[in-house]
Amino acid sequence: MEKKEMRAVYAETLIDLARENPDIVVLDADLMKANGTAAFAKAFPDRAVDCGVAEANMVGVASGLSAAGKIPFASTFACFASRRAYDQFFLSANYARLNVKLVGTDPGVTAKYNGGTHMPFEDLALMRVIPGLTIVEPSDPTSLAGFVRLAAAHRGCVYMRMPRTAANVLYGAAETFAFGKAKVLREGGDAAIVALGSVMVNEALAAAEALAAEGTHAAVIDALSLKPLDLDTLLRYARSTGRVVTCENAQIAGGLGGAVAEAILEAGVAAKFARIGIRDEFGEVGTVEYLIERYGITAAHIAAAVRSLT
Amino acid sequence: MTKETRTELEAKAREIRALTIDAIGYLGVGHIGGSMSVVDVLALLYYRHMRVDPAEPRRRDRDQLVLSKGHAGPALYATLASKGYFPEEWLHTLNVGGTNLPSHCDRNRTPGVDMTTGSLGQGISAACGIALGNRLNGISSNVYCIIGDGESDEGQVWEAAMFAAQYRLDKLVAFTDYNRMQIDGPTAEIMNLESLKAKWEAFGWFTQEVDGHDMEAMDGAVERAKANPGRPSMIILDTIKAKGFSLAEGQVGSHSMSFSYEDAKMAIADLKG
Repeated sequence: MEKKEMRAVYAETLIDLARENPDIVVLDADLMKANGTAAFAKAFPDRAVDCGVAEANMVGVASGLSAAGKIPFASTFACFASRRAYDQFFLSANYARLNVKLVGTDPGVTAKYNGGTHMPFEDLALMRVIPGLTIVEPSDPTSLAGFVRLAAAHRGCVYMRMPRTAANVLYGAAETFAFGKAKVLREGGDAAIVALGSVMVNEALAAAEALAAEGTHAAVIDALSLKPLDLDTLLRYARSTGRVVTCENAQIAGGLGGAVAEAILEAGVAAKFARIGIRDEFGEVGTVEYLIERYGITAAHIAAAVRSLT
Repeated sequence: MTKETRTELEAKAREIRALTIDAIGYLGVGHIGGSMSVVDVLALLYYRHMRVDPAEPRRRDRDQLVLSKGHAGPALYATLASKGYFPEEWLHTLNVGGTNLPSHCDRNRTPGVDMTTGSLGQGISAACGIALGNRLNGISSNVYCIIGDGESDEGQVWEAAMFAAQYRLDKLVAFTDYNRMQIDGPTAEIMNLESLKAKWEAFGWFTQEVDGHDMEAMDGAVERAKANPGRPSMIILDTIKAKGFSLAEGQVGSHSMSFSYEDAKMAIADLKG
């Protein structure tokens, strides 16, 4: 399968946008090389703002830039974007109804060798409780480019999770995306696997493949937009299949699993339900392959969860 | 500054002080101390320096003020009401459910408020962003920012201080309301800021110290700040907490206090001498 480096796509998309729109500015906190935004800085040096190792100030400056009419995209590791600059993002950006796009890189296990200190499993739950915030986790390079463009055009704050390294290309260049819209990547009538982010969507596809060999046909839904959540699609598949498994590279509490569980219960849909994700644990060092095994979020775990819902 | 101008500005400051006491006294509780200590600088900025139009509060090329010590909202509201941004009657809605005048500044509720503040340390970062955004937009307006001395305990203030110097935000003129009192006591005892001037200088700012209740001294400092290219400016205002509020002037307990509307009327009478 074709792969593309996510950070390169992020920077290329921002460069394209910046050519069309003079208000696009890009901020980072001493991670321009790591997050790929150095390419933007090279193309638009005056519109690239390296804030040094000061994430709280970066989000505050981004808020001020927004108040002056700019469209700031600020990136840093997701652990800092969420935990360290939370009050700033909450108040200066969101409560102030400004227009700040915050991109958290290295979500969950993709923080790999940076380990538990840098491994954000909690960012989704933290962000979900900010009123009116739009939260997305693109699953591939095409959806990343699509959602960066959507974020630029959207009036309001956005939090986006983004692994930095290469990810499988799941969508063709012509695919279109929308906030609040999931994508059905694979049809199936026996169960619905709802996954968020490139790591989990790829594991979910592998799980569906393995299940199909056993005669169980699971749909794979790429959630993409955690908030707003695509209730129409999710509830339709919950009703038609009666079996739902959510998959996220984050704490199951408060994230995708929590959101889908709330929606299903409130809608009165009688579906069997299981969550794949981090179960109240901190992160640790390792490769992505080691960590997904360590935390029980591989294709095999997803397939086992589907089988368990009888 | 002519004697007439000075007299006019001092009269404006007295008027704003009376409105501030009246607003907080009508409600019966509020941040009177830190509101009263910044009234003189607000009067100076809004009545002498800031190019603003109350009829068009969101004009792109306006001068802006970020009240980073957002709890001094009542003083800003009194100033904005006196300038005609909204009717003075609004001041009696301070903190009443559904009001446009909440305790802490809210850019979406109050005409003339340029930035939402209240979690200390955040406003000065936003002021940096506004100054940078203006520069990118080719707008040469000034951005003023008022921070508190207690607020200066926040690490974010110093992150922003480094940022403003690094990006040479010379349209940013910040003030520290140095009334030397924070909620729990004198700043010297709770978290000593000294030497505050040396700190700002070390962070690369053009730094001045003036009497924060002397219009002429402050005016000179603002003029020097605006004429200083390549660096952000910090003007440390030597102020008195609750200045002009006869019931609690200079008292630590004035940060947020209760007093009756009768007391407010008495204090306003004292103010007018």
